[in-house]
Amino acid sequence: MVGRRVVVTGAGAISPLGVGAGPLWDGLMEGRCGIGPIRNFDARGFACRIAGQTPQYNIRDYVPKSHRKATKLMCRDIELAVIASKEAFASAGWITKADEGQKATLVSERTAVNFGAGFISCDLTEIAQSVGHSLTDGRFDIHKWGKEGMETLTPLWLLKYLPNMLPCHVAIIHDIQGPSNTITSGEVGSYLAFTEAAEMISRGDADTALAGGGDSRVNPLAILRPILMGRANCQSNDNPANACRPFDKNARGSVFSEGAGVLILEELEQARRRGAKTLAEVAGCGSSHSLNRDYFHLEPDGLAVRYAIESALEEAGMSAADVDLVIPCGSGILPDDAAEARGIEAALGKETRRIPVWPIKGMVGHCGAAGGSLELIAALYAIRNGRCGRAVNFQEPAQGCGLNIVKDGFEGKIDAALCCGYSFGGQTAAVILKRE
Amino acid sequence: MKHRVVITGMGIVCPIGHSVEQMWEGLMAGASGVGPTTLFDASTFPTMFGAEVKDYNISGFVKNIEPHIQGGRGSLFAVGAAAQACRQARIDIETDSPADGIDRRKMGVYLGAGEGSVNNDAFFSALADSWQADKQCPDWSKWVETASVRMDAAGELEQEPSMPAAHLAVLTGARGVSRSCLTACAASTQAVGEAAMLIRSGKADVMIAGGAHSMIHPLGVTGFSRLTALSKRNDSPQTASRPFSAPRDGFVLGEGAAIVILESPESAKRRGVKILAEVLGFGSSSDAFRITDMHDQARGAVQSMELAIKDAGITRDQIDYISTHGTSTAENDSIETMAIKKVFGKLAYKIPCSSPKSQFGHLIGATGCAELITCVMAILEQTLPATMNLNDPDPELDLDYVPNKPRKARVRTAMSESFGFGGQNNVLIIRATELNPKS
Repeated sequence: MVGRRVVVTGAGAISPLGVGAGPLWDGLMEGRCGIGPIRNFDARGFACRIAGQTPQYNIRDYVPKSHRKATKLMCRDIELAVIASKEAFASAGWITKADEGQKATLVSERTAVNFGAGFISCDLTEIAQSVGHSLTDGRFDIHKWGKEGMETLTPLWLLKYLPNMLPCHVAIIHDIQGPSNTITSGEVGSYLAFTEAAEMISRGDADTALAGGGDSRVNPLAILRPILMGRANCQSNDNPANACRPFDKNARGSVFSEGAGVLILEELEQARRRGAKTLAEVAGCGSSHSLNRDYFHLEPDGLAVRYAIESALEEAGMSAADVDLVIPCGSGILPDDAAEARGIEAALGKETRRIPVWPIKGMVGHCGAAGGSLELIAALYAIRNGRCGRAVNFQEPAQGCGLNIVKDGFEGKIDAALCCGYSFGGQTAAVILKRE
Repeated sequence: MKHRVVITGMGIVCPIGHSVEQMWEGLMAGASGVGPTTLFDASTFPTMFGAEVKDYNISGFVKNIEPHIQGGRGSLFAVGAAAQACRQARIDIETDSPADGIDRRKMGVYLGAGEGSVNNDAFFSALADSWQADKQCPDWSKWVETASVRMDAAGELEQEPSMPAAHLAVLTGARGVSRSCLTACAASTQAVGEAAMLIRSGKADVMIAGGAHSMIHPLGVTGFSRLTALSKRNDSPQTASRPFSAPRDGFVLGEGAAIVILESPESAKRRGVKILAEVLGFGSSSDAFRITDMHDQARGAVQSMELAIKDAGITRDQIDYISTHGTSTAENDSIETMAIKKVFGKLAYKIPCSSPKSQFGHLIGATGCAELITCVMAILEQTLPATMNLNDPDPELDLDYVPNKPRKARVRTAMSESFGFGGQNNVLIIRATELNPKS
């Protein structure tokens, strides 16, 4: 980073592998797959009927008493971010306003929150009830909607689905009064939110930041959209555990999921002063943009992925020789995986053969804007534990993929891990974490 | 090293004009962009009017419309506004071999952009056709059958809030930092502020920053109507946006895009581009109060203003003009007035502050940058835009809101404020430049 040094001191997650960052890591190391038949709604008529879903939870268990009423205003994306944030603060040893009865240690004005959030789908059942009040001869009648139908929606309906409500609820719960931002750059949202949070600390506008993302892609609209866009795997409904196959020759599309990951970033000296455990240091971040006019996919040479990685390396003052692990986006969409592989290879040059590449979406699925946050947490644990798991569902490389995908996991010193990603629309991002 | 940050290009597509000149002429003439809603049939809605962008055609701005032809309304507005801003800042667009001296890997895009417009017919008809009154829920198999036919991939992709930025990357060849943010009504102020920080730190040489948004669609208007945030003055739409007046009853929903080009003075000088103004300071805070309301003592708003002043390295008395968030809602205008008084004390009564939303409405995600552009114009033209429709002042709100008529004034430093639903507060301070070479 350019200015003050920034470290990670805590993490929280909820994912198809469980509630908690620990269960996420354990699941990844076991090679467990969190993808299964869709339970959240009746998906029998959908071409894709599988997804990665989190375990059941009761949101009221994760908020202080003072915020219980406000849980009615939370869509699932918000709930996931709230759950992961609670764990993140606790793991970093911060006491916040949410810890009722205790004296908060968090310095509100000097704390920021920055999350990547998706384009949140409204609850169709809820809106359908109002549509049901607006029918004339069985057809939607906008005159009736304007007069009567809309009146049946709860007054605060809109506030449930604004992407900035993820940080907003979290800021209220934990009393965060510094900058609050919501990055809506599609599937690289949490990488870019993490990057910006690190920049805020680095330049001195905050000393602590909550960074990550939350997204649920498991609802009728969010499942249908990637089906229409040709990004979802519609051929593996009977075999969910093998459905998402990053960089594999037999990849048939991505499998969508839900989750949230939140990391606590702090200025290094502050973390040392308060005796916090430093999990990793933010070495460098980069981003770029694909110029493909087919906005659904990356340009085939993956140039934007390469540029993002090169910028991150430059900011980190590192070369490819310093990178010990890559956690890529690897979504299981053939043309995008091939483009990403080419971009990574171009950026890492001859080091490509050496560096283990560990895609994790085969296990957690593609949870949209939250995806990067889970990958960052995986990188954090990999650095601390000196190992990574296996690339589940990877058997034979897809055409164009010359990466060293870890078939059997990896054990050894990991001083620096590179995470990278891309989104429909073409945004790309890379983040390098290193041992402090 | 820290770079200074300057504005070298501006572009706007808004309800009172499709260029900065038109917009400014409109502001000076007291024009209103508000009228009956035509984008959908709102004839039975509680609010039947809005501030729409009329007669907009992207082909007036770009040579090749093909990469944008499926773009949503926000994307199309963004492309038009960005094309204007790039022209002014002499940034080559629509070319694979730009000759403007800008390293494309150090040129980025940062937009406060909203979601694209929903395909209403498909959205509502699929729900209507699959509705089961007895079970009070749609038959999902039936829903997906109809929705699959009526929704199309490009239309769904274009609803993603990251898409306007994608169109600008393709338009300009920008390969640097690309971010979109959506912090409700504060989004484009935040985008410009964070983009300025990227120039300051040297992470980018040039940033295309601003916002684009349209929520004038049935779900958008429904959402705001249910929040009772919109004016219902259906008998007089053009006087409905009346910030700081006693009978204000909500904001007027607008739409549009506003873009500025940010770079360092060295970059502008090297490229021989005229500097329009300098971005001096940025302040950002969070209310951490309630989902629905601003902090009742204006804590977050005050903090963001104070942070911006501190960041600018100036004293309060140097601020000559405040472009308010001034939405025309009961709450915002009161709390914002309280905030200005808390920050400026007695000085508050001497600093003119106005709200161009009285004329072009509330452009939601795009509004902050649109208002920043009016601040730059106020500095360049030494004239303050008015707060129109302020004939019946709220006795509690007693600042100088520049009522009803633009005013000549000495304006060297201006502050632009944006406060978003959910408590994101963002404030920018800009100043007249002394950095252009003497001619």
